[in-house]
Parts: sequence; C-alpha cells; structure tokens
Amino acid sequence: MAESAKPADSNRAGLALHVPEPTYRPGDRVDFAHIEVPPAGAQPRPDESAQPAQMRELAYSLVRVLGDDNLAHGPWNPRLSPDTLRTMLGHMALVRAFDERMFRSQRQGKTSFYMKCTGEEATSVAASMALASDDMVFPSYRQQGILIARGYPLLEMINQIYSNRADKLKGRQLPIMYSSREHSFFSISGNLATQCPQAVGWAMASAIKGDARIAATWVGEGSTAEGDFHAACTFAAVYNAPVILNVINNQWAISSFSGFAGGERTTFAARGLGYGIAALRVDGNDALACFAAAEWAANRARGNHGPTLIEYFTYRAEGHSTSDDPSGYRSAQEREEWPLGDPVARLKNHLIALGEWDKERHAAMDLECAERVKATTKEAEKNGILGHGLHHPFHTMFEDVYENLPWHLEEQAAQAIRERITKFGSERPFG
Amino acid sequence: MTASPDTVTQATAERRLNMIEAINEALDIMLTRDPDVVIMGEDVGYFGGVFRATAGLQEKHGKNRVFDTPISECGIIGAAVGMGAYGLRPVPEIQFADYIYPGLDQLISEAARLRYRSAGDYIAPLTVRSPFGGGIFGGQTHSQSPEALFTHVAGLKTVIPATPYDAKGLLIAAIEDNDPVIFFEPKRIYNGPFSGYYDKPVEPWKKHPDSVVPEGYYRIPLGKARHVREGEALTVLTYGTMVHVAQAVCAVKGVDADILDLRTLVPLDIAAIEASVEKTGRVLIVHEATRTSGFGAELSALVTERCFYHLEAPVERVTGFDTPYPHSLDWAYFPGPVRIGEAIDKLLSE
Repeated sequence: MAESAKPADSNRAGLALHVPEPTYRPGDRVDFAHIEVPPAGAQPRPDESAQPAQMRELAYSLVRVLGDDNLAHGPWNPRLSPDTLRTMLGHMALVRAFDERMFRSQRQGKTSFYMKCTGEEATSVAASMALASDDMVFPSYRQQGILIARGYPLLEMINQIYSNRADKLKGRQLPIMYSSREHSFFSISGNLATQCPQAVGWAMASAIKGDARIAATWVGEGSTAEGDFHAACTFAAVYNAPVILNVINNQWAISSFSGFAGGERTTFAARGLGYGIAALRVDGNDALACFAAAEWAANRARGNHGPTLIEYFTYRAEGHSTSDDPSGYRSAQEREEWPLGDPVARLKNHLIALGEWDKERHAAMDLECAERVKATTKEAEKNGILGHGLHHPFHTMFEDVYENLPWHLEEQAAQAIRERITKFGSERPFG
Repeated sequence: MTASPDTVTQATAERRLNMIEAINEALDIMLTRDPDVVIMGEDVGYFGGVFRATAGLQEKHGKNRVFDTPISECGIIGAAVGMGAYGLRPVPEIQFADYIYPGLDQLISEAARLRYRSAGDYIAPLTVRSPFGGGIFGGQTHSQSPEALFTHVAGLKTVIPATPYDAKGLLIAAIEDNDPVIFFEPKRIYNGPFSGYYDKPVEPWKKHPDSVVPEGYYRIPLGKARHVREGEALTVLTYGTMVHVAQAVCAVKGVDADILDLRTLVPLDIAAIEASVEKTGRVLIVHEATRTSGFGAELSALVTERCFYHLEAPVERVTGFDTPYPHSLDWAYFPGPVRIGEAIDKLLSE
C-alpha cells in the first residue's frame, strides 16, 4: 500500500474521490420525484433516415405512448391491432408465469440457477415483435421474452434449465443460457457485452451479402461499461451497420446501481451520440413505446440508414438471480414507487380502455399461462432434473470442443468413462 | 518426407516465393474459391497490410471482402465471431501478436466455446492471422511469442508455419477448418530462413528448397508435423523461426539430429513425436517464447509420460528467458546458437 499522500499545500486544494452512492438503501423511504417523466405522446418522431444530430433530444427525454388515461398518444403510437396487442399481452403474461414457476423450481432444487425478468417483459417481448422473425438477435441473459415471442417451445426452455437428457445444449450451459439457430436466437454467453460486437459483425455480414435481415442485441446498462460495448458502437458507426443496440437500463447490476456505469452523468442513450449513432431513450415499461422504438430502428437499419442505440428505461423488480437477495442493498419500496408502473398492467389496462379486454379474460389468461407452464414442467421432468442422473452420455462432454475429437480428447473421454465405471460399475448408473 | 505425403497438389509450376508472398497467395486463392471468406484488420485494405500480406487483395476482390478496421482487437474478433455465426468465414489479421490481448475474451470465451456451448448450433470458423516472434529489434511490444496462451484454451487450434510452402498450405487448411484457428506467422522469417547466426549475412528464401510454392490450391492438414531432417542422435521438437535456427546449429555441430517441425501445436502430432523419441532417446525442445508454462513444458511432459522408458537423458528445453523481450538486448534474449549448442552438448554427454 502506498504511503499516505502528502497533504495539499496552501495553494492547491486536496482532491476528493467520488464513489457513487444510490439514493436509497434498505429501509429508506423512496421518493422518485427526481425522475423526470414527460407526458405520453410529447416526443416527436423523426423520420427513420434522420441524422443522429437532428434528434439529440430523444437521447435525453423519454419516448412514451401509453398515458395515465391508459390510451395511446402521439406520433410514436404504433397503431397496433387489438389482436396484436392481445398477442403481446399474452406473451408477456406467459413470460411472467414462466419466471414464477422456474424460480420455484430452483428453490425446489430442480436446477441450480434461474433469472427472472419481472418488470422488464416489454423490453424483450414488444421490442422483438417489431422485428422480422428471421432478424438475428444477440440477447443477454434476461431476454427470455424473445424466445417466447418467437414461439420457441417452453418444453425446450425447461429441458435446458434442468440440464436434462433432452436438453438441446447437452447439459453444458448454465440454466437460461439458451441457443436456437432455428429461431435466429444467438447462443447466450455468461460473459457480459460480448454479444454486442458479435451482433454488429453479423449485421455487417448481412450487409456484405446484400441480405435484407438485420441484427439486434440486448445488453444491461451495467455492462455498457465493458469495452465490448464501445467496440460495438465504434464498428456499428464506422460501417453504418444494420443493427439495433438495445440497452436495458433496469437501474441495478446485481448490487451496483446505474451510477457505476456512468448513469449519474448522462443517459445511456446519449452514449450513442458520441459515436454518431441515432439514439432513443424509451419508457421500457410501456410496451407500445418499446414496439414503436424497435420498429423505428428496424426500419432505419433496413433502409441502410444505419444503427440505433435504444435505452429502455425500466426497473428490475426482482433480484438479479436466484443467487441474489436485493433486500441487502436496496430499498424494498423502490418497486412500489417506480414511476413507470408495471408493463403487463399498463398494457392490460390499455386493452381494457379500448374495450378489447376485461379483468375476467385477463384472470383466465393468467390461469391458463400458469397451467400451461405447470403441465410443461411436468413433461420436462420426465427427461430429468439437474443432478438426478438423467443427463447426456459422458462422451458428449468431449464432443463439440472441436468439429472432430483430437487424440488428446479421445484419451480423456476414455478416462472419464473409465472413472465412471470404476465408481458405479457402469457408465450411466441412473439411466 | 518434406511436406509431400500429406498434401494434395493441383498445380506443379516451380516458383520461388517468400513467406509473405505465399500467405498473400493463399488468401487470394481462398477469396476466389469461397465467396464467404472475408479479410479484415488494421491497415489490411487499401494499403495491403504493414507486412504486405494482403497487398492487392482489396483491389482484386473488393471492399466488401477485404477491408480496414478500427484499432480495436476486441471489435475485430467480436465482429468476426458474429460474421462466422452469419455463415461467413472471416480471416481477421491482428497486426502484431503483441496486440491480440484486447481480443482475448472474444477468442477464449466466445470463439473457442461457441460450438460447445451451443451444441453445434453455431460455430466460429475464424482464422486469426498474426505475425509473432522476435529477432527483429521490435522491443517488447512487437516481438512476443504468446502461443502457449492459446494452446491452453480448449476449442482453439494453433498453427505456426516455418516455410513458404507450409505457410500457403497450412493457411488454406486453417481457413477451410470449421474451428477457430490462431495462425501465428514468424515474422523474422517472412523474407528468409533465419539461421540464428545474426552476425552472418541473411539468406533469402529463394535459396531454400521449401520456397518452391506451387501455384493454385493445395492444403497441408492441421495436426501433422513435418520431418525436417532424419537422424539418430537426438530428437528436436520445434516450430516457427526456431526450426531453421535448430537446423543450422545441428549442421554446424555435425549432430545427426531428427528434427520435427510441429507446424500445429493443437492438435499436436503426437505419433510423429513418439516415433522420433523412441528412435533417438534424447529430446531437445526449442521455442522462442518464455520458458515458464511455455509450450515446451507441455511437450516435455508428454514425452516423459509417453516415452519415459526410451529416454536416455533428461529432456532439454531451450527457450526465451522469462523476461519481456528487451529492445537493445534482442540477441541476448533470443534462444540462439550458443544456448542451443549448450543444450545439445549436455544431451549428448549424458
């Protein structure tokens, strides 16, 4: 450790280090009055070919469509049909029911880990519904809503979460690190923000080939501090890549509030401006605003007008994961006081206000979602749960490291199988 | 058995190329044969690369196929992983191996793991070309040999050519390979097969038999060593620049060495190593990289585990020192004839 520095002399003031501190800690009374929430419909909607500098204010304000009256307002209203709105609501409700059940499964010891996206459903469901189904998505770990919106089977999701013998990823990945090429859903990495330059590279490849498909990536506000995010912004700007860079600002990166990613100084959308990337800051709990922003960015990318950085301003209503207890670092009151409400409730109330939905149908839908998830969970459990022996054969541990097994992996595979036989008398004692 | 048994040669014209020309030709051929091959990196486009490896390729194949990048190795490798997921076959250049570290997470956690973690849903068929090694007064940031950082990573292949003929055939095989390949080019021998006797005149490639490079497409399979010289007295396991240095020292000392140019470190040609060691009973490992946890340690362990009862002397390692590569003391660092000669004497005296 360094000797304590010499004190400031009379002509020079002593320096002070600023270590960010969130406004509220456990037990504090929460008042979010300092968060500026502009009225729905107040923000202009520029043409999709606008220069980033012409729309600077959209990086600092908040695009909102759904008002306190539960109606859609202003130029960002995507004017979706009631059927589409009901589909969107159905996906979001299913995501929530799925999260509830999987969280419980983890607590019951059926798997090692789970991550809910409660409160953030619109940022994946609505945003991905604005894309074509073959547009490529490079998600982070809290975008299960994309898979559900794209119709990926719940059974496959649960098989993956249980790492059982039907898991398409052969039990190799931590729960929720899905991958589905068929659904244009990139393999999720546990390393943060690595997907950002990959999405840009995919978009560049699509442009190189004269393809019409675009790419989109999702990253948490905390992870925008990673170099990969900035490399992605540079590449996206330099090559005018047809990509959407979504930043989910849910205020918390495990226990570190957004101030540790620079959130005290400026908005995350404003990061885009420095790179010359069109930037939108959006109410992430407003499904219509999420859809509209994503649709705008997708049109921009598809028209060869370049990338867009979208900050979805939202709130992580639950813990980071099943391994986290947020009561240790933030006030429990934050969730109730969050000024942008709950995305599922807001969309539900909008449909009701339109006369296209009612509380009874909503309750029935919630029940149906819960039943469907429960039944699928039971189905998945036939393939095994984590640690109960219904896993893939041992040899699969050595496959896919390379396209073909080199001699050293062949030798190690033989060793692993020998060890099992020594211990249990057979390679697969349970199955 | 110099290179020929494992190669498929479609053209036969005898031409002599240096290693840069051979690499350039391999890239040109692959850009022509495979529309999914793209080349990117710092200064590789219009200018053709600081070592000229990509000279003329942008003009011939267009800016969509060969282009400059921002100075961001993380971005270069990350974008290449995304391009690979799309279905392209990217061949990024990292200007110096010493600059590859900002791209390590994308290589180690992403490219190397993608096939495994997605159970084959996605692959990363990249070939990362990068000049490496010293002996050029490049100082500590233009001389490093970091191959052991990559051989330690499950999922990566590491290839190091030592001649123009091999550089072309191995690079074509690397580009066609569906796994991520680190292709380290020993820049000291780009223009001639350096003997290690730095005070003697430099030889150009055209006097070396392996500068004869056929036109057209041929490939040398990854994982096959090259028998540089047959001998009985001792086995030399080496790669890159040090192949030529070891060969020259053995010639000067009149040692009947069995010299293997490993060419690919992962996957390693263990059969060729075992056959040689069983014949000679004495093993000299030579690499330029730092000693501790260097690839020589792996080779030494393998030889000891698999050929112990054939050994007549302890395995000898000749390596760079465990220091950064010093600028003014380049030749004091370089594992040259004196260091190799001492090790040979010790091996043969046991």
